[in-house]
Amino acid sequence: MSTFWSLWIIVLTLVCLALTCWVLFANRKVAVRDDEDPENKTTGHVYDGIEEYDNPLPRWWFYLFVATLIFAAVYLVAFPGMGSFKGVLGWTSAGELTMDQKKAEAIHAESFGVYSKMPIEELIDQPRAMKMGVRMFANNCAVCHGADGGGNFSFPNLTDSDWLYGGSPEQIKHSIAEGRSGQMPAWGPLLGEANVASVSEYVLKLSGQDGDSALAEQGAAVFQQNCAACHGADGAGNILLGAPNLTDDIWLYDGSREGIQHVVRNGLNNNMPAQKDMLREDKIHLLAAYVYYLSYNEEE
Amino acid sequence: MSDALATQQPAYNYKVVRQFAIMTIVWGIVGMAVGVLLAAQLMWPELNDIFQPFSHFGRLRPLHTNAVIFAFGGCALFASSYYIVQRTCQVKLFGGFLIPFTFWGWQIIILAAAITLPLGMTSAKEYAELEWPIDIAITLVWVAYGVVFFGTLVTRKTSHIYVANWFFGAFILTVALLHVVNSMAVPVSMFKSYSAYAGAMDAMIQWWYGHNAVGFFLTAGFLGMMYYFVPKQAGRPVYSYQLSIVHFWALVAIYIWAGPHHLHYSALPDWAQSLGMVMSLVLLAPSWGGMINGIMTLSGAWDKLRTDPTLRFLVVSLSFYGMSTFEGPMMSIKTVNALSHNTDWTIGHVHSGALGWVAMISIGALYHLIPVLFNRAQMWSVKLVNIHFWLSTIGTVLYIASMWVNGIMQGLMWRAFNADGTLTYSFAESVEASYPGYFVRFLGGFIFLVGMLIMAYNTYKTVAEEKPAEEDSTAADAQPA
Repeated sequence: MSTFWSLWIIVLTLVCLALTCWVLFANRKVAVRDDEDPENKTTGHVYDGIEEYDNPLPRWWFYLFVATLIFAAVYLVAFPGMGSFKGVLGWTSAGELTMDQKKAEAIHAESFGVYSKMPIEELIDQPRAMKMGVRMFANNCAVCHGADGGGNFSFPNLTDSDWLYGGSPEQIKHSIAEGRSGQMPAWGPLLGEANVASVSEYVLKLSGQDGDSALAEQGAAVFQQNCAACHGADGAGNILLGAPNLTDDIWLYDGSREGIQHVVRNGLNNNMPAQKDMLREDKIHLLAAYVYYLSYNEEE
Repeated sequence: MSDALATQQPAYNYKVVRQFAIMTIVWGIVGMAVGVLLAAQLMWPELNDIFQPFSHFGRLRPLHTNAVIFAFGGCALFASSYYIVQRTCQVKLFGGFLIPFTFWGWQIIILAAAITLPLGMTSAKEYAELEWPIDIAITLVWVAYGVVFFGTLVTRKTSHIYVANWFFGAFILTVALLHVVNSMAVPVSMFKSYSAYAGAMDAMIQWWYGHNAVGFFLTAGFLGMMYYFVPKQAGRPVYSYQLSIVHFWALVAIYIWAGPHHLHYSALPDWAQSLGMVMSLVLLAPSWGGMINGIMTLSGAWDKLRTDPTLRFLVVSLSFYGMSTFEGPMMSIKTVNALSHNTDWTIGHVHSGALGWVAMISIGALYHLIPVLFNRAQMWSVKLVNIHFWLSTIGTVLYIASMWVNGIMQGLMWRAFNADGTLTYSFAESVEASYPGYFVRFLGGFIFLVGMLIMAYNTYKTVAEEKPAEEDSTAADAQPA
């Protein structure tokens, strides 16, 4: 704030409060007792038959007014309010937030600290930890992956044993902390429409669906040249790249002929945001354990 | 001198007062009926689907607020200020054709609001949702209102200006300023515009306007009403002229600062939040000054409360006024606001002012006015006035009590944390817990609306019962246009 605007605020505030005090004290004829008989003289004005008594200000009201004015003065010395003057207490709303967060962090550190050194494989047997995991998951993950972790269109199911980037405790933790970015290039312009159709037919066949066998055979060659680098020669995927397994009937997107053609033609850009800047290490550790627990139960 | 004048009254213009008085009742019923529908929608969400998208909560809510504040409250203020300024200045209304222009202009603006808001045309500024062509129309009508009111004041035959007119004057001037500054926008088409302000500054301007719509429209204006009808109905002099002076000047000087308390813990700079809170607290005594002056005016006439339901309306409205002007400063304290903000407590606070104060003082004023305006000794049925009084009081109490309970419960549920830092309750759980309160609120609002319907019936009977003994002194000159 520039000095001008700071002064502007200070002067306006002080003038307003000073005038208020002046009006109050200039009319300071305070009642001796609150219950004083109001039958005293009127001002002499009559408006449409209405007269006005010249009663003094009620004593308790006068002191209430003075008390609020004193509070105002004290508050504006103690807290920011007068332009760029910070207030003698040095309070800021940002500072209050930081302090509250520190307090909360201390409490959380205690809650999570117990589990931070425990291996994930053991954590899944701790009922209290898993209960905390349910809440962490609901607050941070459920928006995309669903409240039960069952996934949604374009958001992976976390309760099965099919993993884009691997389902070991370490791999899950890495996915949460660092995030993942899956890129499927748009092949339409490169391959041309005919090849898009044939390779899609081949992928249909890979996943065990019915398709045009002749076209699929042409598509096999296209697949080996262009797709196998990521999805593997057998189409079983590659967890290092997050390239999905194309041989099962699990589809992140639409697994129909049109859906596959669309993805081949236009590509995809899938993103799991990194949580390490938002969640502390011990929270991510517990969250990873809970996600592991979700799929581990499935495998049982 | 004044006594001599009082015995030979000039020819007052009552026609416009009658028009505004009747429309106050009509718009009151419309605005409150929409309010009851909204309350029912919160209880039974299927009611949103009556006539989508026009019946959706998001479109009807601004219709409710605009209808109640500017149509019901506005007509009540026009009627009472036109009546009071004539009678206390001992002079006919100034302004010629501008007088019917304010009436018809205001009604057309209300109609325009009732059409455009359900159609989804909105500037998205709370309590100022109307789009720019309507905003310009409001400005024109308001300037005409100012000319009529201040013109009448200037041509007055009394030596002093009565305190009621100070409040009406402050209300008219400040609302003009608030409306023009807040509505500044860049039009992009006939029914769409964008605010001239951005970000935190836009928020600050909006709440500077919003809170002073409360302060000057709903407080100062209705205090003007109070300062005439309470002493008149009680037949007692106003308690303290000194108190009038101090609380008037303090109120108008301090109120204008209080807006930032709506933006606590937001992107608004700390200094602005602090100033808003401090000024809101200082506002307590000036606000209460009006309540004291009104209620103490009754000393020596308390027995009248037993027999006069109109006076009961006026006095109970002052009690609600005192209660909500105590509650307001408390809620502006940051730590209290941290709990109350965005909860139903705010809705309860607003309605303790809107139903308890604004509506009840207007109703009391109308029960005083209607017999005078239509040359009747009293309302058709004083018994119905009494029933209306009890319905209004019970309705208001049910409304605000349920919202207090809901608000505090919501605030506590939202801030409850588990030891792992997660929220104890989901938002949906707090909504579910609010249903009993929503039902009681619906009931309270419905009861209040029933009272308004009784008032409409009583008014109809009063006006239609018999032909007026003779046309009052002003019918001929009421319509110079």
